[in-house]
Amino acid sequence: MTRVKIAWGWAVRAGRLMVGVPDYDTYVAHRKLHHPGEPVMTYVEFFRERQNARYAVEKGRFKGCC
Amino acid sequence: MSIRSKLIWAAVVVLGAMAFGVVALTRGEPINAAWLVIAAVCIYCVSYRFYGLFIANKVLGVDTTRQTPAYRRNDGLDYVPTNRFVLFGHHFAAIAGAGPLVGPVLAAQMGYLPGTLWILAGVVFAGAVQDMTVLFISTRRDGRSLGDMIRSEIGPAAGTIAGIGVLLICVIILGVLALVVVNALKGSPWGTFTVFCTLPIAIIMGVYGRFIRPGRIAEMSIIGCVLLLGALIYGRTVSETPDLAAYFNFSGPTLALIIIGYGFFASVLPVWLVLAPRDYLSTFLKIGAVGLLAIGILIVRPDLQMPALTRFVDGTGPVWPGTLFPFLFITIACGAVSGWHALIASGTTPKMIENEGQIAFIGYGGMLMESFVAIMALIGASVIHPGIYFAMNSSAGLIGNTAVQAAQVVSSWGFTVTPDMLTEIARDVGETSILSRTGGAPTLAVGMASILSGFLGGKALMGIWYHFAILFEALFILTTVDAGTRVCRFMIQDLVGNALPAFKETKSWTNNVIGSALACVLWGYLLYAGVTDPLGGIWTMWPLFGATNQMLAAIALTLCTVVLFKMKRQRFAWVTLVPATWLVVCTVTAGAEKVFHPDPAIGFVSHALKFGSAVAANQVLAPAKTLSEMSRVIFNDYLDATLAGLSVAIVLAMVIFAVITIRRALATPSNTTHEIGGIAAAAGGADD
Repeated sequence: MTRVKIAWGWAVRAGRLMVGVPDYDTYVAHRKLHHPGEPVMTYVEFFRERQNARYAVEKGRFKGCC
Repeated sequence: MSIRSKLIWAAVVVLGAMAFGVVALTRGEPINAAWLVIAAVCIYCVSYRFYGLFIANKVLGVDTTRQTPAYRRNDGLDYVPTNRFVLFGHHFAAIAGAGPLVGPVLAAQMGYLPGTLWILAGVVFAGAVQDMTVLFISTRRDGRSLGDMIRSEIGPAAGTIAGIGVLLICVIILGVLALVVVNALKGSPWGTFTVFCTLPIAIIMGVYGRFIRPGRIAEMSIIGCVLLLGALIYGRTVSETPDLAAYFNFSGPTLALIIIGYGFFASVLPVWLVLAPRDYLSTFLKIGAVGLLAIGILIVRPDLQMPALTRFVDGTGPVWPGTLFPFLFITIACGAVSGWHALIASGTTPKMIENEGQIAFIGYGGMLMESFVAIMALIGASVIHPGIYFAMNSSAGLIGNTAVQAAQVVSSWGFTVTPDMLTEIARDVGETSILSRTGGAPTLAVGMASILSGFLGGKALMGIWYHFAILFEALFILTTVDAGTRVCRFMIQDLVGNALPAFKETKSWTNNVIGSALACVLWGYLLYAGVTDPLGGIWTMWPLFGATNQMLAAIALTLCTVVLFKMKRQRFAWVTLVPATWLVVCTVTAGAEKVFHPDPAIGFVSHALKFGSAVAANQVLAPAKTLSEMSRVIFNDYLDATLAGLSVAIVLAMVIFAVITIRRALATPSNTTHEIGGIAAAAGGADD
């Protein structure tokens, strides 16, 4: 049962990452550990930031075609 | 290795060799697709275990104790240590696209065998090696991009040239992929209706994910999928109701103009409104459709009706011109080796790798998976009757406009087919005609429909499956058109900005509108020229696209070779040097033949000269109808010749720069790469 749960967790995270949204809990844990006291984005802010970042074209950032 | 694993690997090798023997040696009778699948999977397993890991451990010397950028620069956003299975999914979704689905279908004109051999050999020795090596060197450089790495390892001039190459391939890829969509949708109200519906559906999803339930990706994707399914089913009613169908029945040129307009507007809208939700739909649909096709092939196990080799290996084929060498090797790009992947492997993936030890799994393994998609596409094209295949993939200029004419011409090539077969298959998939639907996507859709309807729904659902396949291909091509227009716009702004600094400001709305318009004019011209090309644009433009895509792969593998020399690992440099050489030979030969070949069917210049002398004599040559059409054909010939010539020049320039850098590296006794991290960084020394 736990194995199925772990695999499902991977699938969900892979699905999100496929569209450019990494794991939010990991982000929060990172901020708390390395930047204590600094502001942490809410999930909605985090989602919007990642959405813009995925399609923001800058030097050296390209989205694949095939 | 333990005795047990030795035995298992021996069994895999024997099974693979047997299956491969069946694929390669059977002549005259149809073979089952299962043999192809078994041969491919065994080859993938063996090559990963014995070649992929050899390259990772011995050639590149991955260091599992070395900190990756995901840890060193961890910010929880771009740089995040990510589970390897999760990252594998991300990487695969990013590299898989239209390429591996279209190329193998077009290559099937020579039979299934040449394409299969190139896909398998190409991925093992070139494609997967390239993806993994670029991923490795980018991981050791904080996830820098390909262009950046070329600049720092080979030199600024080489970097600029590679940048021009990327802009070139971007414009050509957008033109060609949009052409694939136009050819699939022209005169098809069902397909056009469903694809048009994706626009309002994306907007509904976008608004939902922005304002109603912000950030709920799964919810918005499910809403989108359900609406899409509704549009797909209602599409049949639209196509069967003449009053409704008239609104969605467009000619090729009209559709081309619509797509160009769409590309312009979509690329200036905010990303959350159309681009992002469409991207979610196309990504999940792509993964789902690929999985479904794999299951379908395994359950149905269809016979391949296409012969192993057709007479068109001599270069007289109707789908694309040219002989097996070099043109097969540029026709199948993605699936065997694709330069685009070098951009992905030096993009987001290296920033998320947990450990260098996972580079082989993600880089080499991800590409093997992509290659398997290409094998499935080849199966999809080979399970339909060869007569139908050639009727779908030859231009109207060759086979005429009616089923009777087409059947007669295709039968005269030795692929006996009756007009009834052609009209029946069109009726089965819910279209009025399937003749001259060049571009690969419709052929694959017919193949997928016949496989999937074999275990889900039978003939009654064939129309749904066909339009589902068209929809999923069109969906991610249009996402590419949108995202690619933005990339082109940025590159144009960067380039023009050198002369006009104010133009570089990408936050300016005016600049974006002008930049997008310029980008759309560039690829839109190619698209329009392709749609109105009397020979069918794919015939003219696919080789051009293939040559530029392989040019990028040649550049990436050249960079890998240079880095191996600079790392003082020249003993192993053959690993990337051999595929780099092969790609340089293929692209230069193909490019030069496209420019200078005396046969007007292959060489652009000789074609232009032939039409030019006809104009001088006041003659109109078929398939042009007026003198102004004639001069447009001539102009396009010279344009295409210039593009082909440019890609050859870029490859040759890169080779010269690489040779100079390698000689310098050989003359220096120490490692001269520009890696970041490693022992110096760990000891507190200066980076970079």
